[in-house]
Amino acid sequence: MPAPKSEVLQGTLDLLVLKTLDSMGPMHGFGIALRIQQVSEDLLQLNQGTLYPALLRLEQRGWIASKWGVSENNRKAKFYSLTRSGRKQLEEEAESWDRMSTMINRVLKAT
Amino acid sequence: MREIFRTFVRRFTALFRRHSLESDLDAELRSHLEMAIELNVRKGMSPSDARREALRSFGGVEQTKEIYRDQRGLPMIETTLQDLRFGLRMLRRSPGFSVLAILCLTLGIGANAAVFSWIEGILFRPYPAVAHQERLVAIGGTSRDEPRGTPLSWPDFQDLQRSCTLCETLFVSKITGTTLSIGDRAERTTGSIVSDNYFDAIGVHPILGRGLLRGEDIGQSGHPVAVISYQLWQGRFRGDPQIVGKAQGLNGVMHTIVGVAPEGFYGTFVGWSMNFWVPVSMEDIFESGGYKLEDRAARWIEAYARLKPGVTQQQAQQEFAAISGRLEADYPATNRGRAIRFWPLWQTPFNNAATLLPTLEIMLVVVACVLLIACANVGNLLLVRSFARRHEMSVRLAVGAGRARLWKQLLTEGLVLSVFGAAGGLLVAYWCRHALVLLFPARGGVQMHLPGEIDWRVLALSVAVCLATTLLMGLVPALQTGKIDLAQSMKMESTGVVGGRGRAWVRSGLVLVQVSLSFVLLVGTGLLMQSLLKVRNASPGFNTRGVQDTAIDLVSAGYTPARAQTFQDALLERVRSLPGVESAAFARMTPLSYVSSATAPIVVDGYTPPPEESPTVDYNEVGDEYFVTMGIPLVAGREFTRADDGKGALVAVVNETMAQRYWQGRNPLGQRLQLKGRWMQVVGIAKDSKYSSVREKPTPFFFVPVRQNSLRAAILNIRTPLAPQTMATAIAREVHALDGNLAPYEVITLQEQLERSTSPQMVAVTLVGTLGGLALLLSAIGLYGVMSYAVSQSTRELGLRMALGADASNLLRLVMSRGLALTAGGVLLGTVVALALTRLLGNLLYKVSPRDPLAFGSALAVMTIASLAACFLPAWRATRTDPARALRD
Repeated sequence: MPAPKSEVLQGTLDLLVLKTLDSMGPMHGFGIALRIQQVSEDLLQLNQGTLYPALLRLEQRGWIASKWGVSENNRKAKFYSLTRSGRKQLEEEAESWDRMSTMINRVLKAT
Repeated sequence: MREIFRTFVRRFTALFRRHSLESDLDAELRSHLEMAIELNVRKGMSPSDARREALRSFGGVEQTKEIYRDQRGLPMIETTLQDLRFGLRMLRRSPGFSVLAILCLTLGIGANAAVFSWIEGILFRPYPAVAHQERLVAIGGTSRDEPRGTPLSWPDFQDLQRSCTLCETLFVSKITGTTLSIGDRAERTTGSIVSDNYFDAIGVHPILGRGLLRGEDIGQSGHPVAVISYQLWQGRFRGDPQIVGKAQGLNGVMHTIVGVAPEGFYGTFVGWSMNFWVPVSMEDIFESGGYKLEDRAARWIEAYARLKPGVTQQQAQQEFAAISGRLEADYPATNRGRAIRFWPLWQTPFNNAATLLPTLEIMLVVVACVLLIACANVGNLLLVRSFARRHEMSVRLAVGAGRARLWKQLLTEGLVLSVFGAAGGLLVAYWCRHALVLLFPARGGVQMHLPGEIDWRVLALSVAVCLATTLLMGLVPALQTGKIDLAQSMKMESTGVVGGRGRAWVRSGLVLVQVSLSFVLLVGTGLLMQSLLKVRNASPGFNTRGVQDTAIDLVSAGYTPARAQTFQDALLERVRSLPGVESAAFARMTPLSYVSSATAPIVVDGYTPPPEESPTVDYNEVGDEYFVTMGIPLVAGREFTRADDGKGALVAVVNETMAQRYWQGRNPLGQRLQLKGRWMQVVGIAKDSKYSSVREKPTPFFFVPVRQNSLRAAILNIRTPLAPQTMATAIAREVHALDGNLAPYEVITLQEQLERSTSPQMVAVTLVGTLGGLALLLSAIGLYGVMSYAVSQSTRELGLRMALGADASNLLRLVMSRGLALTAGGVLLGTVVALALTRLLGNLLYKVSPRDPLAFGSALAVMTIASLAACFLPAWRATRTDPARALRD
């Protein structure tokens, strides 16, 4: 029996997108979606559509920038890249995520 | 924080780039799907499976777009814009409805905004050019007899000015007038006698020359200088740039013009615009009663103070009370029982603020009523339309619109209407802002000055009214959507059975409110009208129809007292021998005119005033034959004669009230009375009459011969049955024959004088009557609308009744009685409201009870006729119902 897929936590998606762009460089939406699914080894159930409002939100905050370009298959696509303030935001959020998960782990192991 | 701001900016700018952003989004999502399909095909799926799989893992393209759009722009604003566009489209689609609704609102909001602008410009901020007028207060004295504002004496004012620590500044501004002769044109003009600090105190700086200098208010006729108004400079002096330093005769004394006030400064007096300012030291030239600057008993000063910032009115009143208490202790002879206090500008006792306050208060209530009626009308119109749009609403609800969204849309539509109404209304208010003055007759050729002021406060209030209107109107149909039962209305919508009990009730309720409000206004109009008639027909104690008066201002023309006396004697002789003239007499002042009587402390032989009282009585200086000319009967003694002059014994005539108050049952004839240090003998007792207002209570008053006093009497009273126009030509001819450079003022009957003195009542009647008529019309339209709708909705019932044998008269009676029942309800409600509200009229009513049955009765009659008229057409239409057709349809 396959492991149950988990829903993406609100806010977690932002972190995943930022991290993906950080490690992979500029990517288009479909690429980001694929990458997140691969890395999470399909454990994450992601409606790819929900990615787009998230991308827009991040762009509005100035953490990522977008630019039309051409994909590896010669298809027109919009490429997203991390900005300076986005990188800073990623660091902060990763750190707070770490703290949070450490704490939860500790609590879980204590019992 | 920065992110929030950045987000807002991007979302906001997105509102304006919707088209390009939308195609961007389409392209992006399409490329996503295509890449996904391509990948799936490469994995070995059939093209159709690949597509299905791509769409599945994407999850709802349209939903994504919706979420994306909400995230991209500002949905609140977008839906509002959408509603606005829709609202405008709905208005365009039914122009008749829109025009009617907007017209109603324009009238309602316009009337409100106009009255706001009057209240702002006349009561609250009457002196826009004056610095910090929000801290300005009007100073006056009080005594046991007159708690409402007597003038002050100059010494009292100076003491107050010296001792007041909570006031930033105190200054005098007392209205006066003169006849201004420039070139060959003479006309009446108003000006102020002011303290030397006047222009500095109010922060108004002359554009040419200077204001008044320190010390220019000292001495008797000490400093003949004048600052003139911009209007006077432009109008009468043709903007002469060399005006400063020139001389101008004012009241017979040459004054040096030292400055020109800036444009838009009209002085500090509500009701008249000031054209010149002279220092207090010139008081004896402009005021009756001679030199008064050292006389603590001579009260003539009207003054203002500006409180220091942060000082409450209460603190300042306390200080005023303390100061006047000290004055009372120091000068018991003149100040016993007197105090000094101040009033906010809108209650200023010595200008027209006080007379206009009750009128404007009533206007506020009246325009609020008119606005409510207009709202009810528009609400009704919207409601009718909301029936027609029931289907649309049901469909919207069915496809998933939230009720909140529907309400928002209905309110937006209401807002569109009221914004148009408000725009129209402000235009109306702008036109009407100076209209109040048109209702007042000019006096002595000078038009009043009552400007309305449309400033941000008035605008804000009008916007608030507009929003309240929107809520009121929008609420009615909005509440209706709350009642829509989806399944029910989708099913029934086509059968045309709408108009359930609930909605009929709302509509009838609205009409009820309209009828009751207009009934209240009708009652008010009736009461005011009756009171006005009573005032105008009241006998003031002198003959009003057969006496005319005019004035010849010899003082301004530069006559010396002796020359003036010769002139007046000669003129009197000529006038008395004119055909049709029964008698004629000079006097210092005309009763019921704005010029107030002289007032002075008196001593009465044998009368010891109680410790709290220092007797002060008004008096007039009159010539021989005055009483017979005016038709004031003498109860005892004799009238003044030519022999009562400078050589004869000093005499006086007192009125009945004065005889009673000071001689208390003894016969005053032959007794003595002291005025300004001179004893005079009482030779006659006159019947009481009215002196300054028709509505005054009987007041003590006395008369002295003009020849034994100031010798300055400009008013000529003539008893004649001839028309004033005829008289005017004759008098002008006689005056001209004596002095070619002189011209008399307009000739009017004392009745006209009386009517002018009641102009505030006249204004109230005109305004309440006009708006009451408007309200009646609006309610009649409302009633008509409801009845027509009721008839059109019950054709089936009417047809059935006809088929069962009811004839036309039955149906007529049926419909009419329904309409009249509504009217009766409204009148009942209106009566209750009117009984509570008419007390507001209190001050304007003269010898009419606020519960006067005649006013209520006639309002009922008018209302009944109006509603009969409004119901008749729908009722008549009901009788024309074709039973066969009604039952078939």
